[in-house]
Amino acid sequence: MRYAMAVDTKKCVGCSDCVVACQTENNVPIGYCRDWVVESTHGTYPQLEIEIRSERCNHCDNAPCVRCCPTGASHYADGGIVLVTPNKCIGCGACITSCPYDARYPHPDGYVDKCTFCIHRVKKGLEPACVSACPTKCMYFGDLDDPKSPVSEILKVRKHKTLIPEAGTKPQLYFLI
Amino acid sequence: MTNRRDFIKVSGIGVGGLAISASALGVYKSLATSPPKGSELKVNTDRTPTICEICFWKCAGWVYKNDEGKIWKIVGNHEDQHSNGRFCPRGTGGPGQYYDEDRLKHPLIRTGERGEGLFRKASWDEAFDHIAAKMKSIAEEHGPECLAMLTHGSGGKYFGTLLKAFGSNNIAAPSYAQCRGPREVAYHMTFGEGVGSPERIDIRDTKCLVLIGSHLGENMHNGQVQEMSDAIDKGATIITVDPRFSIAASKSKYWMPIKPATDLALLLSWIHVLIYDELYDKEHVEKNTYGFEQLKAHVKNMTPEWAYGITTLAPDVIRKTAKEMADAAPAVIVHPGRHVTWYGDDTQRSRAMAILNGLLGSWGSRGGFYNPETISIPDWPHPPYPVPNRTWRDAYPGKYNLAYETIASGICDATIPDLNKGCSFKGWIVNGTNLLKTIPDAAKTIEAIKHLEMLVVIDTMPMAITDWADVVLPECTYLERYDTIRNSPHRKPAIALRMPAADPMYDTKPAYWMAKELSIRLGLEDYFSWNSIEEMLDWQLKQVGSSLEEMQGIGVKTFERSYDDLYADREQDMEFLTNTGKIELYSTALAAEGFDPIPNYTAHPEAPPGFYRLSYGRAPMHTFGRTANNALLKDLMKENSVWINPKIAGEWDIKNGQYIWLENQDGVRSSFPIRARITERTRWDSVYMVHGFGHTNKKLSRAYGRGASDSELITKVMLDPIMGGTGMRGNFVTFKFKPKKEEAAS
Repeated sequence: MRYAMAVDTKKCVGCSDCVVACQTENNVPIGYCRDWVVESTHGTYPQLEIEIRSERCNHCDNAPCVRCCPTGASHYADGGIVLVTPNKCIGCGACITSCPYDARYPHPDGYVDKCTFCIHRVKKGLEPACVSACPTKCMYFGDLDDPKSPVSEILKVRKHKTLIPEAGTKPQLYFLI
Repeated sequence: MTNRRDFIKVSGIGVGGLAISASALGVYKSLATSPPKGSELKVNTDRTPTICEICFWKCAGWVYKNDEGKIWKIVGNHEDQHSNGRFCPRGTGGPGQYYDEDRLKHPLIRTGERGEGLFRKASWDEAFDHIAAKMKSIAEEHGPECLAMLTHGSGGKYFGTLLKAFGSNNIAAPSYAQCRGPREVAYHMTFGEGVGSPERIDIRDTKCLVLIGSHLGENMHNGQVQEMSDAIDKGATIITVDPRFSIAASKSKYWMPIKPATDLALLLSWIHVLIYDELYDKEHVEKNTYGFEQLKAHVKNMTPEWAYGITTLAPDVIRKTAKEMADAAPAVIVHPGRHVTWYGDDTQRSRAMAILNGLLGSWGSRGGFYNPETISIPDWPHPPYPVPNRTWRDAYPGKYNLAYETIASGICDATIPDLNKGCSFKGWIVNGTNLLKTIPDAAKTIEAIKHLEMLVVIDTMPMAITDWADVVLPECTYLERYDTIRNSPHRKPAIALRMPAADPMYDTKPAYWMAKELSIRLGLEDYFSWNSIEEMLDWQLKQVGSSLEEMQGIGVKTFERSYDDLYADREQDMEFLTNTGKIELYSTALAAEGFDPIPNYTAHPEAPPGFYRLSYGRAPMHTFGRTANNALLKDLMKENSVWINPKIAGEWDIKNGQYIWLENQDGVRSSFPIRARITERTRWDSVYMVHGFGHTNKKLSRAYGRGASDSELITKVMLDPIMGGTGMRGNFVTFKFKPKKEEAAS
């Protein structure tokens, strides 16, 4: 089992519903976020293009945050989801610095927090909150080992990329381009 | 747009964002043993149905509570055609409105001068007695018609009943003359029916979607954005006409970066191409339209080459896009837009768009405009309303005969005493609309307010308008109340229920309760003869085969259509509710009123040197100015910025992110500075900003002073002579580097 997510940059309008849905679902404190939206514009008027990406933890196969965590708080859970065990975390921040995607933040309650792929929902057969809320249905989630999962199906037919592949982290967040 | 840096900046206060220092980390290290919150939640699955009130789309959803019994999250109801189970960021952020500690908390009675915002706390009885006494004295001295209501949102229904029972039908929503009014009139003139809300457009199945300045995706009209995404999946062609590279433009096959204020020239040249290149739906036009020959003669010289000189759009692109529309027809939508009060000839521009749809045969077609259906829910029985002696129309003899709804700005103008106007208003009830921002030329609105004997404001939040009120009635939020059953037109008739998910916080109350209490003091209790809102809703629901109990469990109930006529049967004769019974390419109603029966292009004033046209729009995470103080949504966008083309920024030496002031052609300078966003996404002849920021009420702790208000800079109004719409895009701004008072001092 290998959980992954794909985000369609051609459909995303950058509304940031994924951000609020995550914040309310996971009680992320005001002022912090586990996912965010990046909008990048290229070209000069009127030859322009915009790429919009809903970004979050890449749940890397080769995660620097897990490797550098001194206490084992950062770890791989079932399906390759990268998680933090809050009461093992000493808040040293090494993982925050090591993450090339800037996906972690220091929770005011004293531990490092990040996207969990909403594992508490996934275990119940639900989609992550961001995926289920998205008005444009631009996010696909599932098990890459299951060829019939929404994420497998879409990656088969659409051109895609990952972010900063040169970091060698083997990210599992794909962007359809 | 939200980006990671903004969040880092917010979260980095005292921590320093990415460059986290060990000492700062030590602060939370010491807290590391506190129990984790968040993903370990034990979910309480209790849910209550709601209808979102953060915008007018009125999506139906579910409110969930956490294990402490507190409102936790809101998600869409999958049975709902408005949301299809998916809320937009504003709806998802609804708990932020409920938890906002800046809410209006109890009734207020003014103690200072109007506009000072000085009040004393009052009891509900005191507030109601005060209002009832004023209403009676206005009625005795001037007549009950001299009361008006300006409203936006659900509570208006109950205050409307009260006002009509009292003897006035002057009930206006700024959503008409300040927003979608011209479009409604234009479609009535053309097809005999309006577009309505949600718009009856079949984006889901369209092959070609044409957006004239509509920035879908930035305006989160939920169902439409969802369907645009479906259309992208299905490979539909999107054509976007916008001087700004909007998000929709970035999803489009054709982006047409038009010179602002010239849209009508493009639309007329498209009509020319459709007719003279014989691309229109000939059989349909022959059978179902009126005035084709006049239209053909009218647009004879309005070639793409003619339009090029006006719009700066290449003639071959105009031809190509017309061909795309014709190829897709009748599954094509020239989107009627929503906020269309731009240049004062808005009914005519909307008419040109309607004519295009008429020529393409999209009205009544799959992938074009469908035929929506509602069911009929009877009102709770009440005595007939008295017939008012006068209405707002008496203030405008012979004018705006084609306006089907009341003009909010007209009420405002007619409040300023004028010997030439037959009606002068003495009392306003303002429900859920921040009039000083929703109606342009706020100075005039304030002038009107100064002549009032009574101004009552009902709202959930302190706003600019609440500071001018004599009495403020604090409404509880939509998450704390029942409301009218939602019964809006859609592909299938459906009803939806809003019920309280929590008891009202503070000393706040629902509008229905306020209106009923007032009715008792005014001797109008027969109009509110139900004992409880539950009794009334249950009675209404039972008339349509449901019940309150059923709706509490399901939230949304969808009915089958009475006829299989979602799309028109092209084989049958079609009849339209126009004077001629046909689609009027030549409008007999406009001709009768002395207006152009076929739209004409007129040039609009251009910016003086050193000034730039002020254009404005929406951001997906905010609704007008209502959400700027919502902690969850403010987190996504805390202020607006002014978009400036790099060439212009270079001339003024304005740096990206720099705070500047904007001053308009009438010397009005923004109250607050606004950040410059230097971007290629906007033209060199105009600047752009998101509406709804620059709040002036200090009681809004998160929104006060953040960003600038476009409304404040809109002092020139281009009036639509057909229906009284207030065109707002004829204002020009220049850049200033100091607030006005500092400049005056130096």
